[in-house]
Amino acid sequence: MSNRIDVKKTYKLFINGAFPRSESGRTYEVESAKGVFIANPCLASRKDLKDAVVAARAAQHGWNKATAYNKGQILYRLAEMLEGRRGQFVDEIVTVTGVSKAKAEKEVTDSVDRLVWYAGWSDKISSLSGALNPVAGPYYNFTIPESMGVIAAIAPEAPSLLGLIDSIAPIIVGGNTVIVLASTKAPLSAMSFAEVIATSDVPAGVINILTGKKDEITPWMASHMDIDGLDISGLGAKKHSEIKSAGSENLKRIYSFKSADPGRILAFMENKTVWHPIGL
Amino acid sequence: MGEKLTFEYAPAPESRALVSIKPKYGHFIGGKFVAGSKHFPTINPATEEVLSQIALAGRNDIDAAVKAARKAYTTTWSKMSGKERGKYLFRIARIMQERSREFAVLETLDNGKPIRESRDVDVPLAAAHFFYHAGWADKLEYAGLGTTPKAHGVAGQIIPWNFPLLMLAWKVAPALAAGNTVVLKPAETTSLTALLFAEVCQQAELPAGVVNIVTGDGSTGALIVNHPGIDKIAFTGSTEVGKIIARAVAPTNKSVTLELGGKAANIIFEDAAIDESVEGIVNGIFFNQGHVCCAGSRLILQESIADEVLEKLKNRMAKIRVGDPMDKNTDLGAINSKEQLLKIRELTAVGDSEGAQRWSAPCDLPGKGFWFAPTIFTGVTQAHRIAREEIFGPVLSVLTFRTPQEGIDKANNTPFGLSAGIWSEKGSKVLWASQQLRAGVIWANTFNKFDPTSPFGGYKESGWGREGGRHGLSAYLKGVSHE
Repeated sequence: MSNRIDVKKTYKLFINGAFPRSESGRTYEVESAKGVFIANPCLASRKDLKDAVVAARAAQHGWNKATAYNKGQILYRLAEMLEGRRGQFVDEIVTVTGVSKAKAEKEVTDSVDRLVWYAGWSDKISSLSGALNPVAGPYYNFTIPESMGVIAAIAPEAPSLLGLIDSIAPIIVGGNTVIVLASTKAPLSAMSFAEVIATSDVPAGVINILTGKKDEITPWMASHMDIDGLDISGLGAKKHSEIKSAGSENLKRIYSFKSADPGRILAFMENKTVWHPIGL
Repeated sequence: MGEKLTFEYAPAPESRALVSIKPKYGHFIGGKFVAGSKHFPTINPATEEVLSQIALAGRNDIDAAVKAARKAYTTTWSKMSGKERGKYLFRIARIMQERSREFAVLETLDNGKPIRESRDVDVPLAAAHFFYHAGWADKLEYAGLGTTPKAHGVAGQIIPWNFPLLMLAWKVAPALAAGNTVVLKPAETTSLTALLFAEVCQQAELPAGVVNIVTGDGSTGALIVNHPGIDKIAFTGSTEVGKIIARAVAPTNKSVTLELGGKAANIIFEDAAIDESVEGIVNGIFFNQGHVCCAGSRLILQESIADEVLEKLKNRMAKIRVGDPMDKNTDLGAINSKEQLLKIRELTAVGDSEGAQRWSAPCDLPGKGFWFAPTIFTGVTQAHRIAREEIFGPVLSVLTFRTPQEGIDKANNTPFGLSAGIWSEKGSKVLWASQQLRAGVIWANTFNKFDPTSPFGGYKESGWGREGGRHGLSAYLKGVSHE
């Protein structure tokens, strides 16, 4: 062991492509599985959430307009960047959660592979879910899935990296932008993943990551009138009712998921049906 | 000489001898008509004549209906093959076609809509919905929801008064095809065609309890929404009530679909075919007295053609025939209820007071019944209440724009997102606008078209889910990964 003093990382939020501290100045302590202090990540405030929603809304139109091929390549680029930094993520997972190195390696591998899997859905989801409708008249009529808008997500406590990928990728692959609240106890891989995002050609504001307390931030997400949907997979089942009730004010689409499948992408897409007459 | 030559239409009334209306109705529970305890009158809104007494369902009636639906689900309907279920739906479709004139007359008497519309739109489309969904019953494993999609169980369905029979068909047909049984409540003012539909179920020998129809008001609807024996709620109505339902079911495992309000933009670009656009504007807002959640109630006109379009629109509006809904020549019938008429009057008065300019088509309104002349407001801004709130009547708010992007921005400036119209002869512009508009149904160079194969439903505060097509069917099946 050398006697070198290592350079520790300050873990901040990720909003609009930048790494700000919480405007509230609040932080909380994260400890290793062995109880050793690791970092003081931000305790995001309601204002931080609002800033993230503004960024996500501003980015949504442009992201939605990107071609499916382009969006697929950007998601794939995330996988490439994550693959290149495997070691860092494995170390962070081991330190924070205390799992074996083999288990942490599997989580990182699964995360990379999951990103690749979602990337491929970008230009296939509409052929899976769209339809040409044979109406009884001289009209051309089709239905296509479209982005829903700005979606918020509560990532599960564990697995903190793979869970985060599942909270981000299916939402953005459908053309939405996202504000995700990372695992409270294990936020380090989320904030390091923000560095992956920042180097993957993901436009600013498309993915925004907050750290903090679920009980504090989820109700703010649920009642925010400019959030269109909410993924509460990472929230304890006991809280679902309260959050769904709060979200009814703008009829927010609120779901929780058990697995990664195309339904998870389609849940935050709207179906649009277009009619046009046929004739000379 | 100099005398204006006019061609008058001779009255062409449809006969009401086709229908026999009972003086009093009960509920349809477990395959039988059962007497109600309290009753309220249902009237013909065109004449204020009392047509019948409708039962007001209370807790006991809802309990009985849910129990009958559960029993039918567990003992019969869930055990029957899709092929056999489908045959019942085909039967229902055929009987509705056979009795279509009767349904049309009854609908017009109870609702106030012109017989031409109930005859040519509501009833044929309702039968078509059953025919379409009948064919799904034995093909559910191909609906894209996995190999073994399952019904929810008992569906509670609450429908509005604007398309009473058609909304019943939109709800009941997919529910039964997917293998659910139903408890359906028609709207307070328009129960009669639902009760006639109960007779169709009997004629089709549909197993008892598969379809239960309970009548009543909002309190009855609340009993259905909150009933613990119901697995799935489907509601069509106002956004206000939709939010109450969303809140009510939040603590439960009930699956919900909501088809709610709208404030649809009908955008006319300067390169539109003007005469066709004027027809589209009229169809968009005056179809069914404007009692349409997807009505094109905000006309968004490109400035360069605004004067021309408005002049032609006023000319066309002056020729709309308002009056006896039973007359086959009538274009615009009665407002469905006094309550709705008062709401339209209130909101249009706000339009005046907020500074918009009102113009109503010159027409003689009948002395009895509930009537409102086709009306447009010009000089409307986005802040005006008549540009933001659903009026649900024959009232059009006109806004203008200069650039296409401004038109889209104005169209999207609403918490609703049910439908929108686009008028342009340029294909690329039509497709561009259809991409930009945040609404579930886009009518390009047409308006207010419906089909059982075509998914219908809204973005944002216009609701959850779709009705029609494979997407609509999925609302009545489990098998999606999320909850």
